[in-house]
Amino acid sequence: MTVNTTSARDTETLDRVIIRFAGDSGDGMQLVGDRFTELSAAFGNDLATLPNFPAEIRAPAGTIAGVSSFQVHISDHDIVTPGDAPNVLVAMNPAALKANLRDMVPGTTLLVNVDTFDTRNLDKAGYESNPLRDHSLDAYTVFEVPMTSITVEATGPLGVKPRDAERSKNFFALGLICWMYSRPTQGVAEWIEKRFTGKQQVLDANLAAFKAGYAFGETAELFDHPFEVLPAKLPPGTYRNVTGNVALAYGLIAASLQAKLPLLYSSYPITPASDILHELSKHKNFGIKTLQAEDEIAAAGVAIGAAFAGSLGVTATSGPGVDLKSEAMGLAISLELPMVLVDVQRGGPSTGLPTKTEQADLLLAMYGRHGEAPLPIVAAKSPADCFDAAFEAVRIALKYRTPVMLLTDGYLANGAEPWVLPDVDALPDISVPFATKPNHGDAFWPYLRDADTLARPWAIPGTPGLMHRVGGLEKEEGTGNVSYEPENHERMVHIRAQKIAGIARDIPPVDHDPDPGADVLVLSWGSVWGVAESAVSRIRARGRRIGRAHLRHLNPFPADLGDVLRSYRMIVVPEMNLGQLSKLVRADFLVDARSITKMQGLPFGAAELEQKILEMMD
Amino acid sequence: MTTSDDQGVGVKLARKDFQSDQEVRWCPGCGDYGILAAIQFLMPDLGVKPEEMVFVSGIGCAARLPYYMNTYGIHSIHGRAPAIATGVALARPDLHVWVIGGDGDMLSIGGNHLIHALRRNVNLTIVMFNNQIYGLTKGQYSPTSEMGKVTKSTPFGSLDHPFNPISVALGAEASFVARTHDMDRKHMMEMFRRAHEHRGGAFVEVYQNCNVFNDGAFDTILNKDARANMLIDLKHGEPVRFGTERELGVTMNEYGEAKIVRIEEVGEDRLVVHDEHRRDPSLAFSLSRIADHPNMPTPVGIFRDVERPTYEGELQAQLVHAVERSGPGELAALLRSAPTWEVN
Ligand code: SF4
Repeated sequence: MTVNTTSARDTETLDRVIIRFAGDSGDGMQLVGDRFTELSAAFGNDLATLPNFPAEIRAPAGTIAGVSSFQVHISDHDIVTPGDAPNVLVAMNPAALKANLRDMVPGTTLLVNVDTFDTRNLDKAGYESNPLRDHSLDAYTVFEVPMTSITVEATGPLGVKPRDAERSKNFFALGLICWMYSRPTQGVAEWIEKRFTGKQQVLDANLAAFKAGYAFGETAELFDHPFEVLPAKLPPGTYRNVTGNVALAYGLIAASLQAKLPLLYSSYPITPASDILHELSKHKNFGIKTLQAEDEIAAAGVAIGAAFAGSLGVTATSGPGVDLKSEAMGLAISLELPMVLVDVQRGGPSTGLPTKTEQADLLLAMYGRHGEAPLPIVAAKSPADCFDAAFEAVRIALKYRTPVMLLTDGYLANGAEPWVLPDVDALPDISVPFATKPNHGDAFWPYLRDADTLARPWAIPGTPGLMHRVGGLEKEEGTGNVSYEPENHERMVHIRAQKIAGIARDIPPVDHDPDPGADVLVLSWGSVWGVAESAVSRIRARGRRIGRAHLRHLNPFPADLGDVLRSYRMIVVPEMNLGQLSKLVRADFLVDARSITKMQGLPFGAAELEQKILEMMD
Repeated sequence: MTTSDDQGVGVKLARKDFQSDQEVRWCPGCGDYGILAAIQFLMPDLGVKPEEMVFVSGIGCAARLPYYMNTYGIHSIHGRAPAIATGVALARPDLHVWVIGGDGDMLSIGGNHLIHALRRNVNLTIVMFNNQIYGLTKGQYSPTSEMGKVTKSTPFGSLDHPFNPISVALGAEASFVARTHDMDRKHMMEMFRRAHEHRGGAFVEVYQNCNVFNDGAFDTILNKDARANMLIDLKHGEPVRFGTERELGVTMNEYGEAKIVRIEEVGEDRLVVHDEHRRDPSLAFSLSRIADHPNMPTPVGIFRDVERPTYEGELQAQLVHAVERSGPGELAALLRSAPTWEVN
């Protein structure tokens, strides 16, 4: 954090700040985090967010297991990560303090709700003595704010019962932070009024708590001056704030429009992919059909049926849901029909860490089906990029008549960032023609391929004269009739592999940011993109030489990837798994690729990654 | 039927218009041949063009059927046909979608998809060939095999209590439920026609002889001379009665259980009058429980045929309603549906 001006009670200007709201999962931390994010986005800051919540809806209140947090990084310049260490931690109870303190660097600010630091809550959090009294927090700037009692006081005159009043304390915290960081408050007031229409008392209580928090900042002697973070100088355009799941849903809608195909989206509820279904099911006026299927398998089956019938079939899932869909993906590969499977990766194995992020499904996407069953893999790199990645996944699926796996992850799904809105008129046409006529004399051969893409014709029911049957049994090349002939099977295995490999001719070269003289390359994929870019800039700022590259396409790889990798002595691959991409590039290119891994359900921090890369370079 | 083709000329379709060029490959003597023939004979009478028909199947002997139909078809994954067919039907309500499978396919590995397709009332004609055995995998007991059945996988007898498929379909809220058998083409054609005409999920169980692995499973009720006493032909609006002399009938006891009686002992007035269209499925369910297993008098015909909104119909209505309410979707407006700001 750089400080530009300082004078008591004057506003101090910061170039960036990282705030973490932490409390019990019932304390509404995600809600106030979201509000602060929207406010800052509307104010023009660049930002990135990192929500973090327990898997249980109702983990025991007051315990470490029940702590929920929301981190937001706001800046006056272009940023790509939610930040490493917060500058400010808002801790609503002892458990929230204890769970988050290890991320706080000495010298940073702790804003605690002192009302909750009683014996009961300290016990539940596992504190043997009160940290506010035992000098264990001396390295920090601690502000003890009686958030609960002031909230109860402020809402009392409205006739709100103390127990209900207490629920508004998150808005008190939000008001206080808004004052501290000079946020315009109008937006919050309007939002509260809209959101709680019809629940007058809740509305009034929240509004009163919010105002009390803001006023507390203004009047209390605790803080000597507020801060501000000026709007960022982002590339020109119209911006909005967006999460990965919403951007992904929009990307599918855009692709459906540009493909001139109705979207049929079918999925089974699963964290953290469900929001895509929630979002798409709102937009039926785009002709989008959504189905909440009876299980993961059915959800994929519905997408295949839709594809056969000439719609854009899409399904999404996470974690164990991906395992269940493997069977259907094999069928889609055999039928050579276009569809998209979105995998919002989360911590595994098994139920694993449902609400936390991970990138450990890459090899599953690559190889997780019986038989030789290749499919293209596309990965999104940031929340807003989920829009483009979804569009690209659909483009490939349609053009090559293949299922495509689109990988995002829990961090991208729930994380938010400002998004410069694309010019919808400039989106490419990705429509593909349906077959309308026989293609072999008077006959229609469903597996007679396009010489260039190797895609088979897409003849949809209702088309006279093109009736045909497809199935999961091996097919004779051309006619598509069932065939157990040995040479034919081998030929078909090769053709299916060549079709996918050939997509390399149709995708952009590697996103490569070379550094003259560098002999080490940082190679990232998926959501590691932002933090890898930050870590590389930091390393370059030290005067060291280092190259950077990022992969959007994981299968096939861009055609020039081998050349890029071979131009370095060593490839460093930071990934949230035990080295899956590094295995793939070693196998394909025989290069010295080494992994930096992290398996904590949380993204890398830029400083953390910088340190690890430096260790490898030395 | 007479239909108009692309040139607008009236063309009479025939059975051969629905036969594909693929050689039919079931074991000689298999009941599947008769079912295929019934379907192909029926097709020209349905007033549907071959290109408007989609046959979706899972895996098993029965599931090969789509290959033999000159229509659109998918031979899919074991158990998943109802789900895949749901995708076809939702995407294209204009099509006629048939689902073909066996008892293992639909009641074991695909049981979940079957019940949900029926519950949702997706417009599907679901034909389940019940031969009470796994044929393609060479003779293991199935979810409809009787208890104690000795098979390759149960040398000491099966311990599984079987499903009664009609009861399962009714329990799954099916709006159309019928049973027929592979020895009576006319009856099969009538059941298939009614199932096809029904708007919504239609379930037809076909007793089918697997002469290789479970030969004669239905002989007790289907042998020519046994039928009169062993098949209870359900007729809408008529008292439920059967027997060579039509001397047997069905009554309800105080618990709503259907019982077989001698009419001379109880009087004709006590007989249950069949009503396919009763909204409440209790009558149909009671009738389905008359026979635990096809070795006692067994009802065939239509158990239930009620109207209920179809899933795709309601889905389509939501789309229309959404456009009426918010206008047709505009991507640019959608992207701007959250607060936006300009950076210059
Ligand atoms: S195994 Fe049985 S069901 Fe299968 S084709 Fe042969 S006779 Fe028919």
